[in-house]
Amino acid sequence: MLNRTVLAATLSALSLVSLPVLADDASDLKKLRAEVDALRKAYESRVGELESRLKQAETKQAATPAATAAATPAAAPASADKAARQSGDTAFNPAVSLILSGTYANLQKDPEGYRIKGFVPGGEIGPGSRGFSLGESELGLSANVDRLFYGQANIALSSENEVGVEEAFIQTTSLPAGLKLKAGRYFSGIGYLNEQHAHTWDFVDAPLAYQAFLGGQFGQDGVQLKWLAPSNTFIELGAEAGRGSNFPGSDRSRNSSGAQSLFGHVGGDIGASHSWRAGLAWLRANPSAREHSDIDLAGSEVTNTFSGSSRLWVADFIWKWAPNGDARRTSFKLQGEYFRRKEVGELVYDKDGTASADRYRSQQSGAYAQAVWQFLPAWRTGYRYDWLDSGKVDYTGNSSNLANPDYKPRKHSVMVDWSPSEFSRVRLQFANDRSRENQPDRQVFLQYQMSLGAHGAHGF
Amino acid sequence: MMRWLILAVCASFSLSAQAGLRAVACEPEWGALLGELGGDKVSIYTATTAQQDPHHIQARPSLIAAVRNADLLVCTGAELETGWLPLLLRQSGNAAVQPGKPGYLEAAALVQRLEVPTRFDRADGDVHAAGNPHIHLDARNILLVAEAVSQRLVTLDAGNAGVYQSRLADFSRRWRSAMQRWEREATPLRGVAIVVHHRDLAYLQNWLGLREVGTLEPKPGVEPSSAHLAGLLASLPTQRPQLIVRAAYNDGRAAEWLSARARLPVAVLPFTVGGSPRAGDLFALFDDTIATLLTALR
Repeated sequence: MLNRTVLAATLSALSLVSLPVLADDASDLKKLRAEVDALRKAYESRVGELESRLKQAETKQAATPAATAAATPAAAPASADKAARQSGDTAFNPAVSLILSGTYANLQKDPEGYRIKGFVPGGEIGPGSRGFSLGESELGLSANVDRLFYGQANIALSSENEVGVEEAFIQTTSLPAGLKLKAGRYFSGIGYLNEQHAHTWDFVDAPLAYQAFLGGQFGQDGVQLKWLAPSNTFIELGAEAGRGSNFPGSDRSRNSSGAQSLFGHVGGDIGASHSWRAGLAWLRANPSAREHSDIDLAGSEVTNTFSGSSRLWVADFIWKWAPNGDARRTSFKLQGEYFRRKEVGELVYDKDGTASADRYRSQQSGAYAQAVWQFLPAWRTGYRYDWLDSGKVDYTGNSSNLANPDYKPRKHSVMVDWSPSEFSRVRLQFANDRSRENQPDRQVFLQYQMSLGAHGAHGF
Repeated sequence: MMRWLILAVCASFSLSAQAGLRAVACEPEWGALLGELGGDKVSIYTATTAQQDPHHIQARPSLIAAVRNADLLVCTGAELETGWLPLLLRQSGNAAVQPGKPGYLEAAALVQRLEVPTRFDRADGDVHAAGNPHIHLDARNILLVAEAVSQRLVTLDAGNAGVYQSRLADFSRRWRSAMQRWEREATPLRGVAIVVHHRDLAYLQNWLGLREVGTLEPKPGVEPSSAHLAGLLASLPTQRPQLIVRAAYNDGRAAEWLSARARLPVAVLPFTVGGSPRAGDLFALFDDTIATLLTALR
């Protein structure tokens, strides 16, 4: 507005000043006046037009506060276009991810008939097959179901072309007081590694203790309740009850729960560079006629069954370091878990032959400790030490057929991996596995693990 | 065991019994903004520091505990925290700060984003479907986010609405006048060609008229390789950049390498609050950023 007045005033002043100089006669004066008037009108209309355009722009900006002056012309149509494309049913598609993995294994000893001496075999144990093999391809789908629930499924496709439901659960998102309820099939919250999917492990295989006490990893169908304390320190308590059909449990036709667990975790930071978490867990399974193969004192292979109660304690600890908490260049991780299991019940020796049943008691333990060092942005190296103690096993009446070998399996593993991005990893691992007495197994693994689709979560 | 647990739980309750609104800021700039707008009415936990790359954070136990207790979460969004924030939200079990609730605010959703890709392919590196998420170095964006944050504070803590409104008015006034000063001071930067480390300065460039002619990273989020740097060095005579600019959290080696060969000065920007000894608050962050650029240019 101010500009317009100034402009008009200037033009008038110009016309006045120029008049005495140029005005020779009346007609010239008139002509000049008309010209100046026309000029003034032209300027006024242009200024008016500019003003209205400015006003329009101002109101537009006020109406859409999201649009800043920083907007590039290219950015706006692109996002509008994207919004249009995402409308409709596809906009509600869950996050999809696919894990691809493959392994080449060179195993000195035939993995057929692999067993950890002194431990009842169950679940998935052993180093896998020799030579080239496809690892588990894992398809993951997840999304909020509605305002109350979140849902996730992980479907494992094995190299033998079998489909398995690894996890398929729903979890509440809106319970008060830091409570969360999960139902379906899930990996139990016991221990540190148990809840993590195999593709996030630091080594090709699960620690020996996980194989001996949980058959690799303990998952079950059931419910889980977790509570997070309203404290500055991380304190989480959880309880689970489920079917317990997986080792150390067994499938049974009962209405009651076959396995229950309790766990607690605490954790926090020490300065900006260190963080830690420690946990304690208890798992009770009630197997009924849980079968396993064994070699008796006569050296023949027999199938035994166990019914009773299996109680497992797990203590876990993890400590991570990165300079200023920035793990892109270098970081270090130290992790360990200790397992202790007591089984009490009845053992049937050679169920298809002699079928002699008597009381059975065992108390066994094991642990692993590992360190992983990221020495360059994309490179890590790690060492893991596994040890198990076959402990005390009392076969009572069956001790004439079966004996506790009193053996302490050991395993050393060293790995180097390269991760060119967050989505890909290639790993080389050497291991000396002394799970079998007097038969050390030298193992070499070369493995890739890649993920497609949804961005993976950076779990602790 | 049980007695110990009960004790721990009681202790934790007493610890969390702090006065006022509890806010968690995903990045230091939003922590500083919450401080300007909330004053002593808001207790603030900042999830990351200026020395950390906000893309690469793990959902640590301490962060889960902080989100569990938060009334308000202020994050950048636009997938910057995609690796860890969804996990924090899920593991915290805090219904008040879930997306869509008043307790959840994404700053990038409030501004017009730059570099929105039209092609979604991980072969292009760390691209974000919602556009470049590093929105805070355009001072005009801070003002937009400030208004939204203040509104949330008023919504969540209506009892102190007057305090929040007057603090916003005061902040906006000071910010506008500072912005005029920054824009005046930064006039020599207009049109200056620069090489950046990561594309995290796009909004600063857009605001001050800096012109990016190359990046040290071959693709967003991919570490600089010697082959890429050699190619970049060869392209410099035609591109004629005047400065190499990187953020404090970027690894400095690539910038030093290029600087030594191309005889270009390196400007290390604080990038966010706490990124340099001087950048103690939002005003100082912009003061230091512009001063560093001008000094390097001289």
